[in-house]
Amino acid sequence: MTRSPMAPPRSFLWSRRIFLTLLTGFVLVPVYVMISSSLKPLADVTGEFRWLPSELTIRPYIDIWSTVPLAKYFVNSLIVAGAATVCSVVIAVFSAYAVSRYDFRGKRVFTVTVLSTQMFPGILFLLPLFLLYVNIGNATGIALFGSRGGLILTYLTFSLPFSIWMLIGYLESVPRDLDEAALVDGCGPLGALFRVVVPAAIPGIVAVAVYAFMTAWGEVLFASVMTNDTTRTLAVGLQGYSTLNDVYWNQIMAASLVVSVPVVAGFLLLQRYLVTGLTAGAVK
Amino acid sequence: MTTTTAPAEAVRKTSPGAADGHPRRPGRIRRAGLPYLLLLPALLLELLVHLVPMVIGIVMSFKELTQFYIRDWTTAPWTGLRNYAMSVDFNAPVGEALLHSFLVTCAFTVLSVGLCWLIGTAAAVFMQDTFRGRGVLRALFLVPYALPVYAAVITWVFMFQHDNGLVNHVLHDQLGLTDKPSFWLIGDNSFYALLTVSVWKGWPFAFLIVMAGLQNIPRELYEAAALDGAGMWQQLRRITLPSLRPVNQVLVLVLFLWTFNDFNTPYVLFGKAAPEAADLISVHIYQASFVTWNFGTGSAMSVLLLLFLLVVTGVYLLLTSSGSTRGRRRGAA
Amino acid sequence: MRSIRAAAIGAVTLSLALAATACGGGSATGGGGSNDSPKTLTYWASNQGASIEVDKKVLQPELDKFEKQTGIKVELEVVPWSDLLNRILTATTSGQGPDVLNIGNTWSASLQATGALLPWDEKNFEKIGSRDRFVDSALGSTGAQGQDPAAVPLYSMAYALYYNKKILADAGVTEPPATWDELVAAGEKIKADGKQVLGAEGANLAENIHHVYVFAQQHGADFFTADGKPDFTSEGAVAAVKQYVDLMAKDEVIPPGNAEYAQNQSVSDFAKGRTAMLLWQSASANLKSQGRSEDDYGIAPVPVQSGTPGSGKQVNSMVAGINLAVFKNTDNLDGATEFVKFMTSDEEQKILNKAYSSIPPVKAAQSDPAFDTPANAVLKDTLAQSAVALPQVPDESQFETAVGTAVKDLFADAAAGRPVTTESVKAALEKAQQQMPAK
Repeated sequence: MTRSPMAPPRSFLWSRRIFLTLLTGFVLVPVYVMISSSLKPLADVTGEFRWLPSELTIRPYIDIWSTVPLAKYFVNSLIVAGAATVCSVVIAVFSAYAVSRYDFRGKRVFTVTVLSTQMFPGILFLLPLFLLYVNIGNATGIALFGSRGGLILTYLTFSLPFSIWMLIGYLESVPRDLDEAALVDGCGPLGALFRVVVPAAIPGIVAVAVYAFMTAWGEVLFASVMTNDTTRTLAVGLQGYSTLNDVYWNQIMAASLVVSVPVVAGFLLLQRYLVTGLTAGAVK
Repeated sequence: MTTTTAPAEAVRKTSPGAADGHPRRPGRIRRAGLPYLLLLPALLLELLVHLVPMVIGIVMSFKELTQFYIRDWTTAPWTGLRNYAMSVDFNAPVGEALLHSFLVTCAFTVLSVGLCWLIGTAAAVFMQDTFRGRGVLRALFLVPYALPVYAAVITWVFMFQHDNGLVNHVLHDQLGLTDKPSFWLIGDNSFYALLTVSVWKGWPFAFLIVMAGLQNIPRELYEAAALDGAGMWQQLRRITLPSLRPVNQVLVLVLFLWTFNDFNTPYVLFGKAAPEAADLISVHIYQASFVTWNFGTGSAMSVLLLLFLLVVTGVYLLLTSSGSTRGRRRGAA
Repeated sequence: MRSIRAAAIGAVTLSLALAATACGGGSATGGGGSNDSPKTLTYWASNQGASIEVDKKVLQPELDKFEKQTGIKVELEVVPWSDLLNRILTATTSGQGPDVLNIGNTWSASLQATGALLPWDEKNFEKIGSRDRFVDSALGSTGAQGQDPAAVPLYSMAYALYYNKKILADAGVTEPPATWDELVAAGEKIKADGKQVLGAEGANLAENIHHVYVFAQQHGADFFTADGKPDFTSEGAVAAVKQYVDLMAKDEVIPPGNAEYAQNQSVSDFAKGRTAMLLWQSASANLKSQGRSEDDYGIAPVPVQSGTPGSGKQVNSMVAGINLAVFKNTDNLDGATEFVKFMTSDEEQKILNKAYSSIPPVKAAQSDPAFDTPANAVLKDTLAQSAVALPQVPDESQFETAVGTAVKDLFADAAAGRPVTTESVKAALEKAQQQMPAK
């Protein structure tokens, strides 16, 4: 992305150097604390802060699995976030395709309604949603409350508005000639969607998927009320390290790192798509 | 399939009136139904998770929903507008506390969104040109955003500890800037603690979006400016920033809504009872509903918050939509 | 056209909402329980041991025993304290809850008011023996006066002064302090020795309440009038809160850092030998799990203003404890009652209270020699003679939040070096009182 063939002036270079150095420090310090503290013995994290561990130990990484059932929470989070992501992406693609390719009555009502849900304070519908799930459960026998299913439904809907909106933007950047050609070739509208539009929209879809996954992976409020022992997710489960007799900071840091690594790694691997997806989808 | 080209034709028609004027053709009903069919799952979910609960929430806000009635909320007595009257009576303690919390949230949101935008934009602009290590730096900068909220915030909780945290160790023990260790998670400093965490977590999003926005600026603009002899700083002022306007419009709105409604950060940072200085409205309402068991008042406060956000968003969109926006782009398509 | 569409959506929304309303009461209005599923029970236990995993290890063998005896399988979930009240609230609202659950005994009256818990009338008490099996002080914390208890006592606890023998001896303090003045005086010597004096959980609302309530009693005050109205700003109440906060602000025996403690850091400070003294309820098992030998510390009654602990102004602890409640719309009423009977049986009481270093609220179980150790003797005496139940009023949980937060904020002021005066304490309490539900 070179802007100009001219060499940037010195003032620019220096401000850049200073700014980026400071920013790197700001970003890195907590990450460093997380990593270094996770390798410290308990005494190091309960006493005065130290930059370097008095001894390096991997003990916290062994203990985290027994202090709380981390593996179980991990699996729960993976199932919930994974399912919510897949469903959210599929549904968002359908909606975005309809909005970007068809004219129909109520289109504006639909987009405005969906987008405005983005501004709902979660606390407003926490209790009502919970009641609704219980009532649906009583009426139909489908256990939504306390189950992973209920959480999946909730999270996937949370990420829908932003996902649909971003995908509408992205699909509009996919040339219509493509699906028209597919239609001429004898595909149905859905065939055109899956064979032509979806492949062309991969960066946008990846960006949406990453967003949906992160939304579900990090949510605390609904998870704390809607899960029980067997369905508890990481966001709530991590509180278990503050036990009745001590706050195991080293284990908290180790556990935080363990639950972060997959997300961060995935995010960084996909960041190329993310920028492309956002470029065409959200910011044009 | 004989009618396959028809949808593509329909797409071109921007005005519904024109579509109505067409003679009926076989398969038209099916085609007309298709977009609705495609929207159905999203619509149902929005109804189930967002809209119906919201309506129930609004209904609740007109009821006296205290511990005496929560067992069966439908039988709770109606109170008319009393919950609302109580929430906005700023001379009485409940209203006063709500107003305080609202103002804290406004101050927090303005500062947080402003800083996130500033840092994000600056970083994106500085990293517009290639230089050694740019890729690594870019990946690194995205880490705070990629971290799960609770993992990131809990790390900050640890750093902000009075006795064993890094912040006091550096400010007090190593730099000697304060004459005694400060408290960050209780008392007045908690506002700055919250702001720091929020900015740390949020600026990479601004960075990401602005970075994406910069890629849409045609290179020719810069080349032309360079030929005119415009320096780096002038290019920034004349080309980069104006071109980012539509991006900023969306970015600031999204950041605003997310920050204003943020519950996860203060909840993980402070627990159920946030210090007064950092009493964000989402936690305040949570406390009003769940900790003091008054769901009616809590719902009324949420509804007021929603109305406020609706008004702000509407006004914001009206004010900023005069420039080049998405709407225009769609109109042109 | 658009408005028609919007109206249609509105209509669908409304009808769905009404449908939800119509079945809203569903299970909840049923009132009494049933015996539809006699072979299973769900049990929510509170977190009593060092961690949730520890609790499961303690409870599961007992539940297995119960299953063997009755054929009823008990599904156990240990709910962390941070979630417990929320979970109970949501369970109450929806009617989707456990069959049997632990509640903090101070919540009894608040939860009783929701009507979600099975009242323990004479008939129900008969099913688990009789009311007389339980210690009076424990029964005093099971619900509003004049109403049938909402729960039965399960574990009893009381506050005591835990002191590090070595630190006190090194500082030349020969006897554990018996009055607050003595404690402050001892604190001077301990500080001179370079140690921290007294641990506290300044940001823990419940802990704050437990302490200021006892202080209020010592000042002859209460936080509620006889007819259950909040009365936070009486002279005695203000003096009580001020005296507690002054332990940090003026007397400087509580280190400022404790103002942000809310997760039992003060216990681990004590276990690590950093602080000389700690006011805590039944800390033995906890301290043991942190590797602190029972020989290292002594247990004395919590100090009073003057004289010796007793009733009235001489109380020195709240009646702490856990109650066992049955959810009214359980679908296994008989099984649930049977389970309560099992958990409050003499034998189980001994096993469980030993595991949690609490005192059995069941008289017969108390006679076990395990509860006669010097440590337990102090707790037993306190419970029997000088402990007072927290107010048994429906607004108790709001009181805990409002006043607990006020004390937390005052501690924050003290820690930041801001003056804590009678006026500032009174203002904080005034504000807390205004936040209470209007009557």
